[in-house]
Amino acid sequence: MSTARTRVIIVPASKPALPPHIKLRHDPGRGRWHVLAPERVFEPDPIAIEILKRCDGVASVEQIATDLAKDYNAPLQEILNDTISMLQELSDKGVVKAV
Amino acid sequence: MNEIAPMEQFSEKPVVEACARAPVGLLAELTHRCPLQCPYCSNPLELDRVGSELTTEQWQDVMRQAAELGILQIHLSGGEPTVRKDLEDIVEVAAKAGLYTNLITAGVTLTRDRLAHLKDLGLDHVQLSIQDVDDVNAEKISAYKNGLAKKREVGKWVRELEMPLTVNAPIHRLNIENLPNIIDFAVELGAGRIEVANIQYYAWALKNRAALMPTRAQVLKSAEIVEAAKERLKGVMVFDFVVPDYYAKTPKPCMGGWGRGVMNVTPQGRVLPCHAAETVPGLIFDNVKDRRLADIWLNGQAFQMYRGTSWMKEPCRGCPRAEIDFGGCRCQAMAFTGDPANTDPACKLSPYHDAFVAAAEQESGEQTPPPFVYRRMSPVKAPAAE
Repeated sequence: MSTARTRVIIVPASKPALPPHIKLRHDPGRGRWHVLAPERVFEPDPIAIEILKRCDGVASVEQIATDLAKDYNAPLQEILNDTISMLQELSDKGVVKAV
Repeated sequence: MNEIAPMEQFSEKPVVEACARAPVGLLAELTHRCPLQCPYCSNPLELDRVGSELTTEQWQDVMRQAAELGILQIHLSGGEPTVRKDLEDIVEVAAKAGLYTNLITAGVTLTRDRLAHLKDLGLDHVQLSIQDVDDVNAEKISAYKNGLAKKREVGKWVRELEMPLTVNAPIHRLNIENLPNIIDFAVELGAGRIEVANIQYYAWALKNRAALMPTRAQVLKSAEIVEAAKERLKGVMVFDFVVPDYYAKTPKPCMGGWGRGVMNVTPQGRVLPCHAAETVPGLIFDNVKDRRLADIWLNGQAFQMYRGTSWMKEPCRGCPRAEIDFGGCRCQAMAFTGDPANTDPACKLSPYHDAFVAAAEQESGEQTPPPFVYRRMSPVKAPAAE
């Protein structure tokens, strides 16, 4: 039996999470965060790090964006759009899963 | 977000800030033993024998040193890494040291219990190679019976154990027409990623080039197939596509640049800038038994020799692509031009380029390719008679 294999579309209600084999890890030697993935290393920028840290499978994209808009004192809609597009890209690369 | 693909021979972003201090990836060739005999194997023609392999403790020490050095990902390869009974002991130490662990396997010697145990010990990812999705062809390529059925089974276990799976499909003349089926096979198997990896012609593949080289038309068609499949399977399966550089105009940034992002440890413990580096004369390869990994990376003669751009001659010197492709591949320059400091013959600026392309066109155009020279250990020399 094959698993369901369709593209996930990220919407404000999606609850993103990092699959167990994707590791957001701080590298003390290089002084930066990495996302370790199969045969890939990603170098997230500071905003991406903040988003990825909040991807716990519980918080929705909208909640994450609201949280960030507050922390960064930025317009919610803008943050929400950026968050969705970043998470969609990472979902397409298999780095983020979402329900 | 920057994306680094340290183990690919073709990388769009070879200049990686993370590599300045240390490599991001280490390819650990745990053994050269393998039940398969694929004629394009990347191992050297002269294979290391079982008695000369590093011990469990020595490999564990390599893992700890790799993590200390700042290496992020470890690729456990071979030969077939699962023929080592101590693979678990090595994976356990690597995972505890904080390395991202990737098992590169043909799958035929795995059991479900073993895979489950490896997962428990911290194995992060499985890369399963396939030869073809046609049983007869798969057997002809690997000289191994019923391998494909076993690979289907391994794929099923990986999925049941909820581990991430990459299907690695080396592509060449014998299976390139099956590419659409190979892609479908990977989707059905549950792979999140596929490497459609045209053979790179070194070692055994170079010896078998005339039997393996696809035509230019076949390569172009395969690129179209991959592009269409990428779009159709967006969000389902990630593609990495490697083309044969014989049909290219610019060389690949081999290994992302010499001594820049990756190091390779052979079964005997020799530390190489790439797996084919032993074909380049004039290099001194240090061994992990004699010298620390960090010292070898920073100061080893073999790593320093072609690191950066200062070793370059014309037309690489001063070329605007010098720090993009680093002059391509030293091993290919050596094999085709006799001088490893020449530009890679895949570059259109190389005086050898036309002959290089002509070789591929001529060989791929032959109606009847020569038989394979299978990858086997050379016979042990009998002791000389008194």
